[in-house]
Amino acid sequence: MTIEKILTENMDLYYGAKQALKSISIKIPENKVTAFIGPSGCGKSTFLRSLNRMNDLIDGVKIEGKILIDGINIYDNNIDVVTLRKKVGMVFQKSNPFAKSIFENVAYGPRINGLKDKKQLDEIVETALKNAAIWDEVKDRLGDSALGLSGGQQQRLCIARTLAVNPEIVLMDEPASALDPLSTSKIEELIVQLKEKYTIVIVTHNMQQAARISDNTAFFYLGELIEYDKTKKIFTNPDKKQTEDYITGRFG
Amino acid sequence: MIKSFKKNIKGILIEGLTLSSALVIIAIIVVMITVIVIGGKEQISWEFLTSFPEDGMTKGGIFPAIYGTALLVIIMSVAAVPFGTITAIYLTEYANENAIIAKVIRFAVRTLAVIPSIIYGLFGLGFFIKFVGTEMDNAFLGGQLKWGQPNILWASLTMALLTLPVVIVSVEEALKTVPKDLRAASLALGATKWQTIWKVVLPGSVSGIMTGTILAVSRGAGEVAPILFTGVAYYVATLPSSLSDQFMVLGYHIYVMTTQSANVDKTLPIQFGTTLVLLALTFILNISAIIMRYRIRQKKSN
Repeated sequence: MTIEKILTENMDLYYGAKQALKSISIKIPENKVTAFIGPSGCGKSTFLRSLNRMNDLIDGVKIEGKILIDGINIYDNNIDVVTLRKKVGMVFQKSNPFAKSIFENVAYGPRINGLKDKKQLDEIVETALKNAAIWDEVKDRLGDSALGLSGGQQQRLCIARTLAVNPEIVLMDEPASALDPLSTSKIEELIVQLKEKYTIVIVTHNMQQAARISDNTAFFYLGELIEYDKTKKIFTNPDKKQTEDYITGRFG
Repeated sequence: MIKSFKKNIKGILIEGLTLSSALVIIAIIVVMITVIVIGGKEQISWEFLTSFPEDGMTKGGIFPAIYGTALLVIIMSVAAVPFGTITAIYLTEYANENAIIAKVIRFAVRTLAVIPSIIYGLFGLGFFIKFVGTEMDNAFLGGQLKWGQPNILWASLTMALLTLPVVIVSVEEALKTVPKDLRAASLALGATKWQTIWKVVLPGSVSGIMTGTILAVSRGAGEVAPILFTGVAYYVATLPSSLSDQFMVLGYHIYVMTTQSANVDKTLPIQFGTTLVLLALTFILNISAIIMRYRIRQKKSN
């Protein structure tokens, strides 16, 4: 039995009066890739964003129930959101590098943590870029603007930027949905490598992608967690009819 | 479905009427600029721009007025730009759009923008000179008169109040162009809200802050009413060297020459020259602000 990194119990989420997530209970294991699938609007991204409290930025969001990371309820009053987000990093759907140099993008996180030593920064940036499999492509132009990179490179840079903060969990919200097939396959390879060091949770619209890279898959529908199991089981022999209908393309 | 002749004529007449009123406006601007340029261009020389008035302003240059105007807008900007930027940051980044406090602030900003400029002048006289200045004299100089009279500091601060709405609105617009994605990226990396504003939002808004500054400067350079009671002088023989000195300004210099001079006819070429300098200054400032604003809007629409 693997250790659970994230555990939620009867977690409900409301946007104002509308309930967007209904009684979600899930155990996400450490150093595995867990994929969330489901049709648009099913709540999978909302759930992902609850795991590093990015939903706090939206007015009128209310969360009930428990979300534990390493056994600590991250919605407790004494939790420092800033520290939480350093531990639980996030990669967004649309690559969003800052209008700064490649180096400064990756150094952003360490710098806001107060790291000033140039040598240490150099090391962190190099390691992060290597871990995000983009070092060879950018090592000669670290001073160039990040906005000059291709879409796929920008997304890997954003992954490097997240890794530079040294998180334990990396949340990915459809990280390859805006990319071409070649860039997508690079990101997928990268995700599989990253699970050695990090716990990865990925939201994807692409079921083949979930099948290729994830260890466990959760199927969300209309704000509910319908089924959660080993990826192989979900894609070959799901328990629920709704899951089967979705993965065979009968709806969604 | 044949259009009636009557209707047709009516349509043409209305179009003609609207077009001609639009043309009148263009004509007025063309005449105004032409007259000023023709009247003033002979006057413009290096000497005119760099020397003091002579012989009761009938000869010499306008350097003290140019210097005074520049100093006024610089001190004004030093006060208005940081204050306006901080207010804009509160409105866009912290205040809830629907909260009463945000509505009150917005209402106050709009009200500031429509208050007649002479009222600012009176306010500056009453508040800065009679209240703050006099109290400073009483507190630090034993009642000796230094700050409780018109000077460039009070004039600049009064002008800063007048231009504050311009700065706030421009900076707000610029802050809003910074994509939510970038703020989210910064926060997700464990940055605090202030770190995000300081390191991501403000650097992305520099051109908007510049636009606001330029617009404020161009407004401040042209206004006379707010500084009438608060610091501008008819004539001073020396350049202001301290914040408690009085100063000359281009706009007021024109007024003085046309109405207060002993020999108005003789000052006429200098009036034209001064007007041309003031007009050119505000034109250049406004055009650069328009260009920057256009670039920001383009960035936003991308």
